[in-house]
Amino acid sequence: MISAFFIFNQKGEVLISRLYRTDFKRSIADVFRIQVVSNPDVRSPIITLGSTSFFHVRVNNLYVVCVTKTNANAALVFEFAYRFINICKSYFGKMDEESIKNNFVVVYELVDEINDFGYPQNSEIDTLKTYITTESVVSSSSQPSAETSSRITAQATGATSWRRNGDDVKYKKNEAFVDVVEVVNFMGSAKGTTLRADVDGHIQMRAYLSGTPECKFGLNDKLVIDRGPASGSAVSGLGDRGGSPSDAVELDDCQFHQCVRLNDFDADRSISFIPPDGEFELMRYRATSNIKLPIKVIPAVAEIGTTKVSYDLTLKTTFSPKLSATNVVVRIPTPLNTTDVDVANVGTGKAKYVPAENVIVWKISRLQGGQECSFSALARLTSTTTRQVWARPPIDVDFQVLMFTASGLIVRFLKVFEKSNYHSIKWVRYLTKASGGYQVRY
Amino acid sequence: MSQPGQDAKYFQRGKIEEFRAELHAAEAKDKKFVKRKTVLKKIVANITMGTDMSPLFPDVVQCLGTPLLEIKKMVYLFLVSYGRSKPDQIHLVIPNFLQDCNDRNPLIRALAIRTMSYIPIPVVTDALSDNLRHALKDRDPYVRKTAAICVAKLYTADPRRAEREGFVELLRDLMLDSNATVVANAVAALSEIGDRQDGVIFKLNLATANKLLAAIPESSEWGQIYILDSLLRYVPERHSDAEMMAERIIVQLQHGNSAVILTTIKALLYLMNYMENRQLIDYICKKMGPPLVTLLSSGPEVQYVALRNILLIIQRRPTVLKNDVRVFFCKYNDPIYVKLAKLEIMYRLARAENAKEVLAEFQEYASEVDLDFVRKAVRSIGRLAIKVEPAADDCIQALLSLIETKVTYVVQEAVIVIKDIFRRYPGRYEGIIPTLCENLDALDEPEAKASMVWILGQFANIIDNADELLDDLCYAFLEESTEVQLALLTAVVKLFVYKSKADKAKELVHKVLKWATEEADNPDLRDRGFMYWRMLAINPTVAGEIVLSEKPPITTDSDRMDRGALDQLLLHTGTLGSIYHKNPETFIRNAAGKALKDSPALNQHSRAVLVPLARSQLPSTSPIVVAGPGPVEPTTQAAPVAPAPPSKSDSPAESTVSAPSQLALGNSAGTSNDLHEEGEDESPAGQPNALDPYSNLDNAFGSYLADEPRPIAGGRHGDEDDLLF
Repeated sequence: MISAFFIFNQKGEVLISRLYRTDFKRSIADVFRIQVVSNPDVRSPIITLGSTSFFHVRVNNLYVVCVTKTNANAALVFEFAYRFINICKSYFGKMDEESIKNNFVVVYELVDEINDFGYPQNSEIDTLKTYITTESVVSSSSQPSAETSSRITAQATGATSWRRNGDDVKYKKNEAFVDVVEVVNFMGSAKGTTLRADVDGHIQMRAYLSGTPECKFGLNDKLVIDRGPASGSAVSGLGDRGGSPSDAVELDDCQFHQCVRLNDFDADRSISFIPPDGEFELMRYRATSNIKLPIKVIPAVAEIGTTKVSYDLTLKTTFSPKLSATNVVVRIPTPLNTTDVDVANVGTGKAKYVPAENVIVWKISRLQGGQECSFSALARLTSTTTRQVWARPPIDVDFQVLMFTASGLIVRFLKVFEKSNYHSIKWVRYLTKASGGYQVRY
Repeated sequence: MSQPGQDAKYFQRGKIEEFRAELHAAEAKDKKFVKRKTVLKKIVANITMGTDMSPLFPDVVQCLGTPLLEIKKMVYLFLVSYGRSKPDQIHLVIPNFLQDCNDRNPLIRALAIRTMSYIPIPVVTDALSDNLRHALKDRDPYVRKTAAICVAKLYTADPRRAEREGFVELLRDLMLDSNATVVANAVAALSEIGDRQDGVIFKLNLATANKLLAAIPESSEWGQIYILDSLLRYVPERHSDAEMMAERIIVQLQHGNSAVILTTIKALLYLMNYMENRQLIDYICKKMGPPLVTLLSSGPEVQYVALRNILLIIQRRPTVLKNDVRVFFCKYNDPIYVKLAKLEIMYRLARAENAKEVLAEFQEYASEVDLDFVRKAVRSIGRLAIKVEPAADDCIQALLSLIETKVTYVVQEAVIVIKDIFRRYPGRYEGIIPTLCENLDALDEPEAKASMVWILGQFANIIDNADELLDDLCYAFLEESTEVQLALLTAVVKLFVYKSKADKAKELVHKVLKWATEEADNPDLRDRGFMYWRMLAINPTVAGEIVLSEKPPITTDSDRMDRGALDQLLLHTGTLGSIYHKNPETFIRNAAGKALKDSPALNQHSRAVLVPLARSQLPSTSPIVVAGPGPVEPTTQAAPVAPAPPSKSDSPAESTVSAPSQLALGNSAGTSNDLHEEGEDESPAGQPNALDPYSNLDNAFGSYLADEPRPIAGGRHGDEDDLLF
């Protein structure tokens, strides 16, 4: 298991150092600094030297590092590092050198609490905040009484360790916000065929519900829809698609937050849970069939001799005219020996050559459904003595489309049951986006 | 009240004396203990920066009287850092610890035993013992779950004492606790103890295993991992037990934590060895695929862990991801370690049906920028040609167009794989030899050069100017690497056999044999030179038959790990061993090895290839390096990457030290683990299958796998000293 935990800044200075076991001295940090921080070509997140292994995750110029001398569970170590990062973000609003240094005493308390002897322990943020506090995190008193503590410990070790005791959670207005966020991954070949198209979706929930609410959540999951008549009325609110059973989506896989009862899901694919208070990721899913690609990219890139490259690019939106794509950013690579680029014709948006990154960046702030726009440019190259082969990195498109899901997924219902029988308001939003994974070769 | 989070200013190196003075000053007029808090923060910051603050021990300890939790925690942090080095002063804090152990507040009680158990020196341990015993039965589950881990700490500090005082039994009792978190920590502690070489054995019977399973739904995600992991300590006696258990844990595949998923998969793969119900096994395989693919949308680090494991899993259970090759296509901006791992999986999943799209991807990658990745892509094209016959023509075309790019490292890789393609499909592609010869000058790496030399020698009969080309290549014979020298030697002998009448060939073979036997330092080269020379002298006809004998065809049928070894390696799914594809005991000192245990339920195939547990320590002497197979072909000295199936008694063992005899050595010396130097070189080399010397493609394929992730060997004295400065 984990023997030592460190946070390094970009210079390799130690910001946090916690040795859980006596098999290392603090000087082990120097080894990491030499092997990883000062190494310009680190090719693995895990480095094993002799029997010692270093696991690292980078975040905002910081390195979160776990060291072990055992055959540690690598997935667990990385998940622990990710969790630690999330806790810091939740506690300090961000995770960077400044926030760690400004709060190092709390970080030490956290690191002591969420890991004992190298074994990760309860790390549910909601519970942690009840007894590990900074001044910016609200606390009842700096030294909890024995009674309060007993309630905290019961929660930290209990079956719903992610939620504070029901009586402690009170809202005037009981609301739940559901955000369905889909990231489309797409790889198109030069011939215009689809090499891969899939959706990584996640459902983010913000629950501001009093007491201990019991929630039931329903999707147009094919396996559920096929099973029988749906219960509950649709709250889909999705602009582009209706909620008729024929539109059921096939999910390749879904994974749930700790709060979801997996046995229930296994039995009848129902998603039931007592939510944590506030924001959390309820589920993640993956879909690969019938993916609706919101934007079609038609590139024509020609190398003219060895001195010029011409670009003609057309974007077409495939969704309903009622919707629109925003923040569309197309990144079109140019050869390394490009001297300058003439952007000849931009119908919509703005295009600019960025020499430092060897790309032409074409930005369109809004693209209506059913719209088409095009772009052409000419890149001039320096003549080089050795013939350089251009790697032709793919053209990348980033965008966001509100109220659209590429998988076709919709939320059919969200029911909240609580013993006080209060009325709750639910909101559902849909967002499909691409960031770095929507690419076309040419 | 201080402003929230403004403590960065304390990261300044300070002097012991100043801090001491400040602490003394803080004893008076310290409203709300602000002064003390400030000094302590400065001290903690200095500990973090690596300054030795231990001289402040008596002064810091004074602060324990302060009734403020924040201060107490900082002092405890100080004690965890320096307590061990102050055995003569630690008694000062024992009364405080004891008081806290009996505090009404469960958080304080837990904090006290947690901190005490971090200071493994007798004075503290003595004081801890009784309190720990109470804590294990505390009414508060938080205290009990903390106490469970404390037992593991105590065991690490003083195993015999922990046993003598009955803590292990108390821990076993905690496995039946009503609180799932307590159960999970007890399991974690017992597993840690059970993995020690001198630890109490930790096994599960059916009843306990079922009890643990019942705790899973209420456990934290970490607790679930500890429990799932422990299921490998249960050996099913009946098929139905294994099947029932698998059905109970399979829902955990839907968990959001990747470690829960991988540990569930580990347990499922293990249980499948004891199952009979084919349908259920197929069902489980089908269920495992999607969650594994989903892991590819996690952070890159988890993706990497998942990919390395997928590579192992699909070798053992090919149905798991049979139709999913597309999800492994590399994204241009994937980190390099993810790309390399994906490439390997794509090759594994390639079949006639998808060869076209896989090849198109490989070609795409061959024009990327990262050198390693490009090389591996080019090699993958060659391997694809060898693996999937219908794709061979397209692959050759792809390689030829890559050679046309004249990018030297691409050309070299292409030549290396083409050599193997010639061997796989004799008589089909020799027509491209002239194209290869045009690029002779581009070859400057030993492996590529040796491959080209092999081609020239092997086909000297159809290459008109083979003699001239080989003569040119021999120009700097003595400066070449051994690999190239050996290849040249064999090639000129072949040339001579083909063209024994030609003066040029005669002259050349004479020259090279003379160099090899008289001027070369390398014993292999000399021996091989003498051997050829004598063969040619005694009977040139027979020599020809030997040198040009029919070679065993290269296949990729055995291009995967031996099943027994694989079964064993999969017991480490998700761990470091699964990243490096090595059993942990071969690269981590004192790591516990694992082996499938025989039982009436173990399925026949698994039993047939059962690999017993190898010795559990790294060898005390440097392992003897095994040379490659026969000297006829140029051998590469690439380090074996595949974990070695420990040698079986009937395997040819002239040059290996067999595992059992090492074990005997280790035991008879009566040493446990202290005096063993770390022989980190590599695991003992893979045993080539006696029937097919090319079964292990690591040899036939040179360093295809040379860029595999692997642990870096420790230094001369073993890692301990190296890493601790």
